[in-house]
Amino acid sequence: MSLRVDVAHAAGEFRLEVAVEMAAGLTALVGPSGAGKTTLLNVIAGVVRPDRGRVVFNGEVLGDTARGVWLPPHRRRIGYVFQDARLFPHLTVRQNLMYGRWFRRRLAGGSTPDEVIDLLNLGPLLGRGPSRLSGGEKQRLALGRALLSAPQLLLLDEPLASVDAAHRSEILPYLDRVRAAQAIPAIYVTHAWPEVAPRADGILELRAGRVV
Amino acid sequence: MTDWTPGELAIVWLSLKVAVVATLGVSLPAVGVAWLLARGRFWGRGLLNVAVHVPLVVPPVVTGYALLRVFGRAAPVGAWLERTMGLQFSFRWTGAALAAGVMAFPLVVRAARLGIEGVDRRIEESAATLGANPLWVFLTITLPLALPGVLAGLAIGFAKALGEFGATITFVSNIPGETQTIALAIYSQLERPGGDAAAMRLAWVSVGISVIALAASEWLSRAVHRERA
Repeated sequence: MSLRVDVAHAAGEFRLEVAVEMAAGLTALVGPSGAGKTTLLNVIAGVVRPDRGRVVFNGEVLGDTARGVWLPPHRRRIGYVFQDARLFPHLTVRQNLMYGRWFRRRLAGGSTPDEVIDLLNLGPLLGRGPSRLSGGEKQRLALGRALLSAPQLLLLDEPLASVDAAHRSEILPYLDRVRAAQAIPAIYVTHAWPEVAPRADGILELRAGRVV
Repeated sequence: MTDWTPGELAIVWLSLKVAVVATLGVSLPAVGVAWLLARGRFWGRGLLNVAVHVPLVVPPVVTGYALLRVFGRAAPVGAWLERTMGLQFSFRWTGAALAAGVMAFPLVVRAARLGIEGVDRRIEESAATLGANPLWVFLTITLPLALPGVLAGLAIGFAKALGEFGATITFVSNIPGETQTIALAIYSQLERPGGDAAAMRLAWVSVGISVIALAASEWLSRAVHRERA
């Protein structure tokens, strides 16, 4: 896989100016708060349209502001696990999990619900509502939901930030299992370098909106 | 209190018909406009907002007069609708429903808009990244989460439609059996010597229906909340 991002975007005082190329495997995206890590993910996912720039994924132009092209998120096959999970509060765990699969049901590839439920040990949670899940369970569900939307790239925005230290070990092994089973390239945003260092294939460090 | 006449029952029935048709007719466009105002970014949004609120701020008799000039039999839109679809509004119960709907519209829009604005946009974003286009996001995420606000708006709209007076009497007059709703009938009974008892009966009925409608919407909103807890 190849992902080329060359964008500039200003939001208030903050300015993101990035030209990078990411390869297959797990890329760790690190840097202090306010460095622009989440903004960069939002641009890649299509949630934020940058002031100018290009995003090219596996040869497909996802966005090119110079040509007025900007694919909306639902037309990109990019799974996004947000820092705050963003589950659908009115749907059950099972419905949350299947949400993306329904829209992408005609696409080949991706994993089956049984595989994902098994991989992330979601079986015991399926009948519950999302408000009855712990922080770690919420993130596991968010990850499973993203995996079932047949993504070609996964964006993980500090998936452990809202999980206390004692429960992080409940998720990291699952992440490893997903990586071993799926071989989907991923960009992993983190503050906590040690949790990702041994897993990363590449590192990208942002400071004040620029790559260092 | 107990000596109901068949005429009074017909009045209550007509009022319910007018209010239900007005509320149902208004629901889709009102929710659509509420969504545009809450989420849309387009030129003329402020203008739309003002236009929506016009029936709320101008005297109802002016709204009724405007309806007459647009939907009357001799008016351009009214004549066209009658010619092409056989739809006639002036001096018909359908006109009473139209007037009630127009008066209820801003109230439904306001409540629905608040409901939609209360939905976390970030949850809508996550639905989009899972492959839902904007219409699906609205139908599966925004609308269900905004439902308590929408239901409250429809209840208020129904109550408004049930009690509408000024625009209705101006547009479709006060014709017993055709356009004479509870509010208009109370007015007529008060004009008539000895009509006090009938006016009182109708007044109590209108209070009862309105209270029941509000309680029902409250109960529905709570049921929605309970299901999510």
